Amino acid sequence: MKTPNSEARTVTVALAGQPNVGKSTVFNLLTGLSQHVGNWPGKTIEQKVGMYHHQRNGELCAMRIVDLPGTYSLTANSLEEQIARDYIIKERPDAVAVIADAAALERNLYLLAEFLFLPVPLVLGLNMTDVAERQDIHISPRILEAALGVPVVPMVATKNQGVRELVEAVDRVIRGATAYVPSRPAIREDHRAVLEEIRALIAGQVPEPYPEEWVALKLLEGDGEVAHMMQERMREDWAPVCGVLTRHEDAFLAVASGRYEWIGRIARAAMTRPRTGQITLTDRLDRVATHPFWGLLVLLGMLGVVFWLTYSIAAPLQGLLDEYLVRAGRNWLHDALAGAPWWVVGALADGAIAGAGMVITFLPILIVFFAVLGLLEDVGYMARAAFVMDRFMHFIGLHGRSFLPLFLGFGCNVPAVLGTRIIDAPRARLLTILLAPLVPCTARMAVVAILAPVFFGGAAFWVSWGLVGLNLVVLAVLGVVLRRPVLGRESLVFVMEIPLYHRPNARTIGLAVWQRTLAFLKKAGGIILVFSVVVWALSALPAGEMDTSYLATIGRALAPLGAWMGLEWQMLVALLSSFVAKENTIATLAILYRAGGEESSLAGALAGAWTPAAGLAFLVVQMLFIPCAATAAVIRQETGSWAWTVFSVALLAAISLAAGVSIFQGATLFGLGG
Amino acid sequence: MALTERRILSLGELAEGAQARVHQVQGGHLFRERVATLGFTEGTPLRLLQNAGRGPVIVLIRGTRVALGRGEALKVLVAPGESGDEDPQQ
Repeated sequence: MKTPNSEARTVTVALAGQPNVGKSTVFNLLTGLSQHVGNWPGKTIEQKVGMYHHQRNGELCAMRIVDLPGTYSLTANSLEEQIARDYIIKERPDAVAVIADAAALERNLYLLAEFLFLPVPLVLGLNMTDVAERQDIHISPRILEAALGVPVVPMVATKNQGVRELVEAVDRVIRGATAYVPSRPAIREDHRAVLEEIRALIAGQVPEPYPEEWVALKLLEGDGEVAHMMQERMREDWAPVCGVLTRHEDAFLAVASGRYEWIGRIARAAMTRPRTGQITLTDRLDRVATHPFWGLLVLLGMLGVVFWLTYSIAAPLQGLLDEYLVRAGRNWLHDALAGAPWWVVGALADGAIAGAGMVITFLPILIVFFAVLGLLEDVGYMARAAFVMDRFMHFIGLHGRSFLPLFLGFGCNVPAVLGTRIIDAPRARLLTILLAPLVPCTARMAVVAILAPVFFGGAAFWVSWGLVGLNLVVLAVLGVVLRRPVLGRESLVFVMEIPLYHRPNARTIGLAVWQRTLAFLKKAGGIILVFSVVVWALSALPAGEMDTSYLATIGRALAPLGAWMGLEWQMLVALLSSFVAKENTIATLAILYRAGGEESSLAGALAGAWTPAAGLAFLVVQMLFIPCAATAAVIRQETGSWAWTVFSVALLAAISLAAGVSIFQGATLFGLGG
Repeated sequence: MALTERRILSLGELAEGAQARVHQVQGGHLFRERVATLGFTEGTPLRLLQNAGRGPVIVLIRGTRVALGRGEALKVLVAPGESGDEDPQQ
């Protein structure tokens, strides 16, 4: 692909745009599988970079495409916005392509208006012109181009129209082949003098590489980050600036409305639109999808389909993988290493392969979840689901966007934690991650399904529902309790764009599934592997018998604590082993109660050994217990912090044990102890 | 104030389907800046698409549908429009 001296000609182009404008479609078209997905340095926000090779006069030119986070503006109010503007100012890409939604031109030009003050040439990609035309909105790219002084390229990225032209326009701007003389919005007249005053005060004091004009404007807008930077720099000279700013606290409104007035003039010149609004397909669909009652039914239906797909496609696949890949691998390893010491065989077959096997058997569920999530996101339904659930989520201190990730937890907590990426506020996202492990996943429900009938016979059904209910109550209470300390000053603001519905794009969804799955394998896979080898070592060493293992020693040492909950040491060991995978609970109990692995004989052994009070306490603890290794691994991945991961584990351990003690003592009082 | 002869309502009090113009946004700097970015500046026409009397609302403003939580909707003050007012674009 590369010509020998292509490195010298590699240019960097940043891709910017508001959310829901088809920016990722453009990025995917340009870069395909050459994308590298990572995080922005020191941040938990996803960074995507890819290469594109552009033909110019028969020569290949390499373009490094950097996908900036989708933002509505460039204030310092969110991490995404800070990343986008810091990147432009500090890294100075050769050009920025701003992608805009033609059907909402005015709001989209707002972001462009902000970019115009940064020292980088721009190209405007006017996307979704087909959607705009269908709504009778006609935009003249020529007039728009003349008014903005920025090259404008009409596009329909979903049909791969205009993407080549966009690249060519970017290339021309970088080479200086087109004169680049952008026009800029002026501040509203009543604030012009103040802006000049600030400019005069900070003249010569603005550190490189910040543009002075931009800094003055941002100060007037009340930008905390820029103010902090200038205060550090100016020291005693800062006081007069600060005085001016305090007198004009509401200047940001003048800046914003100045921009919108400028945009309005340009839009009136370049765009015609129908006098009166028509009823669009989106309006018709939303009459049902966002209705307080019908919307809930639609949501339930959608979620039903998600779970149906999981059980009818993912679960059988999971079973097949487990049988033909994981078990076969373990058996093969046992045979192949027949002469090796028992602990080598154990560490590899029962530790490493079992861990790797768990990662692999997770894949079908994750892929189904990611695909359905990607589809709902791409179609535009996710915003509706958040809207419908918003008023209910407020009860537990969260808002609508937290609903879907938490709900996914009923399938598996791993996609629940990964799904919190749709929450825009970092603290609300953290709170959702902390609450997610309290949603009972299918693996825990499987344990309940086996054990509840043993202790409660016909009442097992009600006990199971009670356990699920208890988890949700604990989740709600924890949400209320943690709301203040975790959210802090970040107020819970629910402001969200409701995008137009549009036809899903298979390429966008496919790439999203591929990248998220890859990220899970890379980041969580290693951690899960290590955890499972460690837990195997604890459960087998030193002698190879679980009875005499370190894990059993720990279990026996914890016996006094267990006694409060009516639990024997074997039960504690079963709980500890559930850290690798919740399903392990049953296997461990079977080994320790010498049931020979048969479920029926396990039932017999347990029914004799446990009182109903102890059984209930065990189930409660099991349901509320620490997240499994895979969930802990993704909590670490998504929070970017071991401290929060450890906090989450410790918190759930404390809650589950406290609940276990209260349930056992309470149940004993009510006579279930005998 | 010039708008005193017109009644000022919050978005939460506006009826579904009604048109209005933004009068003022209350609340903290962060919130006001955020909605100003989305186009809630003084005098901007809007139409309330959804208001069930409780829970969040949906507003059509500058060609975009924006959902606001109940608390947020109560902070956006608007002057209800008359039939001749400009439509807030589809």
